[in-house]
Amino acid sequence: MPYLALENIRKAYGPAVAVDRLDLGVEKGEFISLLGPSGCGKTTTLQMIAGFVEPTQGAIALDGIDLSRLAPEKRGLGIVFQSYALFPHMTVAANVAFGLEMRRVGKAEIRQRVEQALAMVGLADKGGRYPRQMSGGQQQRVALARALVIRPAILLLDEPLSNLDAKQREEMQLELRQIQRQSGTTTVLVTHDQQEALALSDRIVVMNQGRVEQIGSPFDVYERPGSAFVATFLGRTNTFSAEPTPRGLAVAGHVMMPGERPATISIRPEKVDFTTDGDGLPGRVLTRVFQGNHWLLHVETPGGLCLVIRPNDGRPLPGEGETVVLAFRARDASLSLAGSTP
Amino acid sequence: MNAQARQGWLLVAPATLLFVGIVATPLAMTLLLSFNGWSSTQGIVPTLTVQNYAEILSDSFFAEIFLRTLRIALWVTLICVLIGAPEAYILRRMREPWRSSFILVVIGPLLVSVVARTLGWALLLGGNGLIPLALHRLGLTSSPVSLMFTETGVVIALVHVLVPFMVLSVWASLARMDPATERAAQSLGASQITIFLRIVLPQAMPGILSGGIIVFSLAASAFATPAIIGGRRLKVASTLAYDEFLNTLNWPLGAAIAVLLLVGIVAIVVGWNRFIERRYSQVFAS
Amino acid sequence: MRNGPLALVFHAAFVVFLLAPMVLVCLVAFTPEGFLSIPTTRFSLRWFERIAQYPDFIAAFRTSLFVATAASLIAVLFAVPAALAIARYRFTGREALNAFFMAPLMIPHLVLGIAFLRFYSLLGISGTMAGLIIGHVVVVFPFAMRMVLAAATGMDKRIEDAATALGADRITTYRRIVIPLIIPGMASGFALAFIQSFDEVTMTVFIASATTTTLPVRMFTYIQDSIDPLICAVSALLILFTVLAMLVIDRFYGLQRLFIGEDKS
Ligand SMILES: Nc1ncnc2c1ncn2[C@@H]1O[C@H](COP(=O)(O)OP(=O)(O)OP(=O)(O)O)[C@@H](O)[C@H]1O
Ligand SMILES: [Mg+2]
Repeated sequence: MPYLALENIRKAYGPAVAVDRLDLGVEKGEFISLLGPSGCGKTTTLQMIAGFVEPTQGAIALDGIDLSRLAPEKRGLGIVFQSYALFPHMTVAANVAFGLEMRRVGKAEIRQRVEQALAMVGLADKGGRYPRQMSGGQQQRVALARALVIRPAILLLDEPLSNLDAKQREEMQLELRQIQRQSGTTTVLVTHDQQEALALSDRIVVMNQGRVEQIGSPFDVYERPGSAFVATFLGRTNTFSAEPTPRGLAVAGHVMMPGERPATISIRPEKVDFTTDGDGLPGRVLTRVFQGNHWLLHVETPGGLCLVIRPNDGRPLPGEGETVVLAFRARDASLSLAGSTP
Repeated sequence: MNAQARQGWLLVAPATLLFVGIVATPLAMTLLLSFNGWSSTQGIVPTLTVQNYAEILSDSFFAEIFLRTLRIALWVTLICVLIGAPEAYILRRMREPWRSSFILVVIGPLLVSVVARTLGWALLLGGNGLIPLALHRLGLTSSPVSLMFTETGVVIALVHVLVPFMVLSVWASLARMDPATERAAQSLGASQITIFLRIVLPQAMPGILSGGIIVFSLAASAFATPAIIGGRRLKVASTLAYDEFLNTLNWPLGAAIAVLLLVGIVAIVVGWNRFIERRYSQVFAS
Repeated sequence: MRNGPLALVFHAAFVVFLLAPMVLVCLVAFTPEGFLSIPTTRFSLRWFERIAQYPDFIAAFRTSLFVATAASLIAVLFAVPAALAIARYRFTGREALNAFFMAPLMIPHLVLGIAFLRFYSLLGISGTMAGLIIGHVVVVFPFAMRMVLAAATGMDKRIEDAATALGADRITTYRRIVIPLIIPGMASGFALAFIQSFDEVTMTVFIASATTTTLPVRMFTYIQDSIDPLICAVSALLILFTVLAMLVIDRFYGLQRLFIGEDKS
């Protein structure tokens, strides 16, 4: 039995179904991300774990104990809200101490644990400040310290980094991961940022329209997407419809890989390469954009537009307007048979 | 002066002139009037004297009335805080469509003439009114005692007139509050009472304090309600000034009372504002 | 989060407290008796009919409507340029002026009444309609100003720059861009000003004469003499009128918006 178990959860707001048939097991110490487009039910799922939203159907158990009759204040979970929800009228230290006071922890121990928690998030000397006097990233850390100091059974994070700028976000991602590993707290993160999910999680739950599309390690969901939705949602993907020929599957008459049934080929842009030995899909470079550590090329082919990503490793690349031939390895592509549901 | 400033001044000029002409001037003249003498035969005597102020400040009759005015205003403010702040919080937690409908119920009375509302209280508080009868039935009084012409009556009616201002003011500061802070406190183990006392109330405090200023200054200078409920028997500063003007016709004395009332209110309001700013500038954005 | 039962009981008591006096006035207005009483057997309109015999109530109502309309219009007309200047031009004295315009809110109406009484008697215009209207302009100006100012401040100055960049001259920019954008503010400023003026008693008691008495003042002086079902009937009509006005405002503008401002949550 997993540490946190969600069984056949459904949440409906009137006729609108926010979450449906959700099964999820989280192991102790695991870092799990709920990833999906806006409105797919991530926050609703998190709120049901937290106890702020009651499931229409299904059961949630923590360490074998049914949570459904337990009020949010009795669940002992740590939550970091998207808006941080710091208490503006309390100092940073008082914010962090609040949960311990509620637990009637002794004064001396509170002081010590607050200090520890603030040190852990790198704010050891900021305890006397008010939230308003801190930057977004610092407020974020306070919220994290406040949630962690009560030694929660589970840490719930709802898009905790979405209010930070790109650089801060990257820093906090690293730090969040470190702090989580260090404290060993079981963590559920809600995000719509795939980069964040890939970077942080042990496992990713990809959600779409209230349903789970796929659960797996970051590498798995990226490299072996279980559905067309996952493939297109996680990273970018080129899709070609292919017809069988005696020599294999062909896109617009050009044989690309083995196969004998009509199918849709999905291939990641970074797995597409330029070839000089003739066999492949001919095309013309429409645009070539420099992106720092890589190049992004749009190539027009008879099978449709194809996105190509090449590392900025000093090798020469075709320029805009040049004709090229595209190829990829069969094992990098995934096939879905035409007629079957994607 | 640059072009922007010139245009700006040009645009505000009409309103400024209007205000200087019809607000500043009359007020200055009233101040002057309060230093004029008066005699029952000659009326206003255009001399400069502090005799009116001396009379007010030395006579215990006036002292009692000013003290009563202050006492009533403080009670009204306190009660408005005690019932207005929770009501605002309850409204905030309501769901639609209840919330909008009850906001109408709370704001609505603000639009109804103070005279009509006070009339209602005169009916309720009078000897045959519902409240004295109810108090009697409940055994709290041995016979129905009219609350007309009593401080209690004036306080009750003024609370009714002014409490919507408190609700609105607290509502405004609750609207600035992040509702997730309540959930955060709950997830950290706080009970509903603790959440209200330690999370909501402190965040509503700026609204309570500024609502308190509004209610206090309006209660201290209220006229129609104390005039109807308090009548001639229970005078407050404003009804006293009114009597001096329209009955005794001692305008300079009436003007001095009004000036003292104004100065008192302004002093308290400014002091109060300072306190709020000092207390909260660190914590909340203005 | 839900309100607990205790909260709902409190809320019910609060609502009863707010509504009780007004409901009572309306009930007493329908009494068939000749004295103050709550109708127990039947409702009678006799006291409403009696109002017709008191033309001064009707005249006072007319005066109130006229004064409130005139004063609110004048206040809005003065408020528009002032609000535009304060919202959109930077010049020294801007903050101070704004505070100055809001000052009548802080000055008790009693003091204003006394000041105008003295001022008008020196000018020799005591008891005139013009004097009354001027007094009301002062009282309602901050309300008009606040609403117009909110509209003018909320307006993005770059919209105007965009219009200028597209080739509109100053007059056109004002006529086609600025004024249309602050018209809602003007309308709500007028509404708020009208309500304030219509309800004003304290200042008006000092400066109204027998011929320029407003309805609240007439009611006030009547109540000082006696409280009877007749005055309850007048009040009931006034309450009815107010409720209708309130529903109209709420329907077309939103009462909440008028008194609280836009709700961001
Ligand atoms: N209180 C509610 N009443 C009605 N519908 C709701 C409520 N809360 C959420 N929903 C609906 O449920 C669905 C899922 O919402 P949820 O907030 O869980 O999405 P999300 O995945 O967190 O999206 P986002 O990334 O935008 O935060 C949405 O379609 C939303 O409109
Ligand atoms: Mg969400």
